[in-house]
Amino acid sequence: MHNLSLRELAAGLRARQFSSRELTRHFLERIARLDPALNSFVTVCADAALTEADVADARLAAGDAGPLTGIPIAHKDIFCTHGVRTSCGSRMLDRFVAPYDATLVSRLKAAGVVMLGKTNMDEFAMGSSNETSWYGPVRNPWAPDRVPGGSSGGSAAALAARLTPAATGTDTGGSIRQPAALCGITGLKPTYGRVSRWGMIAFASSLDQGGPMARSAEDAAVLLGAIAGFDPRDSTSVDAPVPDYTSTLDDGIEGLRIGLPKEYFGAGLDAGVARSIEAAVAELGRLGAEVVEISLANTALAVPTYYVVAPAECSSNLARFDGVRYGHRCDDPHDLEDLYKRSRAEGFGAEVKRRILIGTYVLSAGYYDAYYLKAQQLRQLICDDFRRAFETVDVIMGPTAPTTAFRLGEKADDPVTMYLSDIYTIAANLAGLPGMSIPVEPADGLPVGLQIIGNYFAEARLLNVAHRLQRVTDWHLRTPAGFE
Amino acid sequence: MEWETVIGLEIHAQLATRSKIFSGAATAFGAAPNSQACEIDLGMPGVLPVLNAEAVRMAVRFGTAIDAVVARRSVFARKNYFYPDLPKGYQISQYEDPIVGRGAVEIRLDDGSVKRVGVTRAHLEEDAGKSLHEDFHGMTGIDLNRAGTPLLEIVSEPDMRSAKEAVAYAKKIHQIVRYLGICDGNMQEGSFRVDANVSVRPQGETKLGTRTELKNINSFRFLERAIEYEVDRQIDVIESGGAVVQETRLYDPARDETRPMRSKEEANDYRYFPDPDLLPVELTEDDIAAIVADMPELPDARRERFHERFGLSEYDAGVLTASREMADYFETAATGCGDAKLAANWVMGELSGALNREGKDVVDSPVPAADLVGLLRRVLDETLSGKLAKEVFAAMWAGAGSADAIIEARGLKQVTDSAAIEAIVEQIVAAHPAEAEQLKAGKDKLMGFFVGQVMKATQGKANPAQVNQLLRKKLLG
Repeated sequence: MHNLSLRELAAGLRARQFSSRELTRHFLERIARLDPALNSFVTVCADAALTEADVADARLAAGDAGPLTGIPIAHKDIFCTHGVRTSCGSRMLDRFVAPYDATLVSRLKAAGVVMLGKTNMDEFAMGSSNETSWYGPVRNPWAPDRVPGGSSGGSAAALAARLTPAATGTDTGGSIRQPAALCGITGLKPTYGRVSRWGMIAFASSLDQGGPMARSAEDAAVLLGAIAGFDPRDSTSVDAPVPDYTSTLDDGIEGLRIGLPKEYFGAGLDAGVARSIEAAVAELGRLGAEVVEISLANTALAVPTYYVVAPAECSSNLARFDGVRYGHRCDDPHDLEDLYKRSRAEGFGAEVKRRILIGTYVLSAGYYDAYYLKAQQLRQLICDDFRRAFETVDVIMGPTAPTTAFRLGEKADDPVTMYLSDIYTIAANLAGLPGMSIPVEPADGLPVGLQIIGNYFAEARLLNVAHRLQRVTDWHLRTPAGFE
Repeated sequence: MEWETVIGLEIHAQLATRSKIFSGAATAFGAAPNSQACEIDLGMPGVLPVLNAEAVRMAVRFGTAIDAVVARRSVFARKNYFYPDLPKGYQISQYEDPIVGRGAVEIRLDDGSVKRVGVTRAHLEEDAGKSLHEDFHGMTGIDLNRAGTPLLEIVSEPDMRSAKEAVAYAKKIHQIVRYLGICDGNMQEGSFRVDANVSVRPQGETKLGTRTELKNINSFRFLERAIEYEVDRQIDVIESGGAVVQETRLYDPARDETRPMRSKEEANDYRYFPDPDLLPVELTEDDIAAIVADMPELPDARRERFHERFGLSEYDAGVLTASREMADYFETAATGCGDAKLAANWVMGELSGALNREGKDVVDSPVPAADLVGLLRRVLDETLSGKLAKEVFAAMWAGAGSADAIIEARGLKQVTDSAAIEAIVEQIVAAHPAEAEQLKAGKDKLMGFFVGQVMKATQGKANPAQVNQLLRKKLLG
């Protein structure tokens, strides 16, 4: 059952080949048996999941079922879930239980999914290796001594290990796409505003976007259809119709214009990764796409721009974790300042503190113009690069990450090297564009992700292109040893 | 040395929206602590603000009322600082792009002259909660009911030169926000808060002196006293060789003095930046036109209209337009009875007297305007004499019913039937032949005696003018 696609699972449920309860038990059993070695879940909701499965089975029996009714799912622990702890990978929220659901969660609930649990992540989504989690690192199912990527590393690893058929993630600078690439799964960061941010714990509000993580483009299309759409509770969500993403998956891609930014294939890109990307693009060429070289001239500015904008917003977003109303509070504070200082010093990990400090600095009087304002200007230049590119091409492709999964601890002490692992993904966040990562031919036995970036609201096109490639390749069906 | 005082005011007007500026929680005053704070007001993880459109409409109305430029695009920014009653660790405010730009109001001074006071800007922001330091045994309680209540912060130019001018300006802004119905103006409950920036400089100097900011002023009277105290204090400091320190000072009404706020307060760097959770507020010409279309008449215009249309003196027109409720009351009474002067006399006389006696606001008057019209009609058709009318008004105030009902029940109707009065006149003249002779002989003073006798016989219900006329006809031919 754990190798079936969402479409096959839905068909199986409707045909009574198995019940949602049986399906849920199957995945719960796999989590119990296999996850101790991976640490991809921080919370497993076994009892609640079985109850939800029974409700789904009743809906299936009553003929009131949609394409996701009865299907198990795992949510990144950044999405608030009513009555279930939402830790955000932090000691600060180790005992925090939200009295509300994130919009993404409630939409999937309404569709009838069964929540298996909450997945591990870098603390407050700040990290590219899942090593900053208060709950310990996640291991990559393809190589247990390697990282799964981050920050949505738990969701990516759980999917790769077939511990869940579907998952959710968030992407602020690559946090869906980079772990998808490193774990060999399919992940999509939608256009900024496509998916509501309500109930998703904020890291950098102008960059954060929730999205689907799945084993194939087809599965991602089903999930995206359920979570996308306007939400009056999020002022930045966009009121635009949501297409049926599954209906255009098989559209032809003859004449599709693929742009390859030369800046994405320069120094720093692993040769094996480059070969896999080129092979995948060549395959799309055989399917009728045209490939042209383009330039995104300001690519080198993306990482420095991001590391001003994101910390600035995070320093403000994380100010609410002050030990006063909820979250970690130090023991016996002797006054207000002591309460603030010790609660935050104890509750946050090193990477979060580093970014709060950077963000506080760049917003300070006397530095604001030189950093924050300058970064906003650079952000505009990066947007302009993409706008010009999409005048001549339909999609932009390149590697999702410069290397395959690196070893645990390899970059943990070198933040700048770690930040550079997001060099190809960050620009799409700064511009608000949709981007996805799909598995292509592995390099040295480790997964490689092809990144596809589209114009605003071109998710259907991205899924269509990815699906066409997945129809003629089987990289996305490969399962790591021990998890078949 | 002669000193000149320079004053600018920052006024926080709590907007009278039903729900908060960024959440759906209620804004009513006085509820049990934290019963009107939802997850957004509490700053829970993952929650997002959604702007209350009504707050924007109110700000636009205010901007229009003070003849200011209403920004086509304004931006919410985060003002970052830590405080326990500030749940998010930042206040959502407007910084570089406020919704209301430069405007001005006119104030009338005691000598009758008119002065223009500039308004630098007015911006929308959310209020913080309250820290409660009593009753918690060394701890601090936090009440977040007020957190997220919409405020319009109105910043004046340093255009005022005396405490009296500052009070006149504050009252003017108070009058405007109350007329617009955008703020209840209650200073005791803190829905209209005035902070004063005060400095002094030698007469003729153009550079501003060092200012202090005065807070904790919850009435116009205290505003005047706080400024007067502070001006004297600053002059004393300078004249005794010292220098004024730029600081925030609290006014203590019990001791009638200002004192520096606990100086533990460090210089804050608020690290303002545009709030990424909120889109800029974009207003088109049409949006603004639609908002302005249903704006009520403003106090200055109404005062002029009362003066022109009803022929009231400038002073009376000013008194009767002091509040929108008073003006509404008067206008209903004046148009209802058809005699504006009579209505004005009654509203400023009997009605205001009764209201003041009982400390009531005009909207709570036991005699509503429509009922006063009923009374004034009976005065105009001479059913009631002035004296009787006052008696009827007192009865109406006490809840005895409408004017007509009271007249009927007490038989107070003025007697104007000349045959009936004539008969009484005959009787009285017949009963006092000696006095009648003296009157006829020219002792005119006795006319008063006869009128009094007739009025007594009719228990005051006869029309005195009519009695007078009939007596003259009878006795003097």
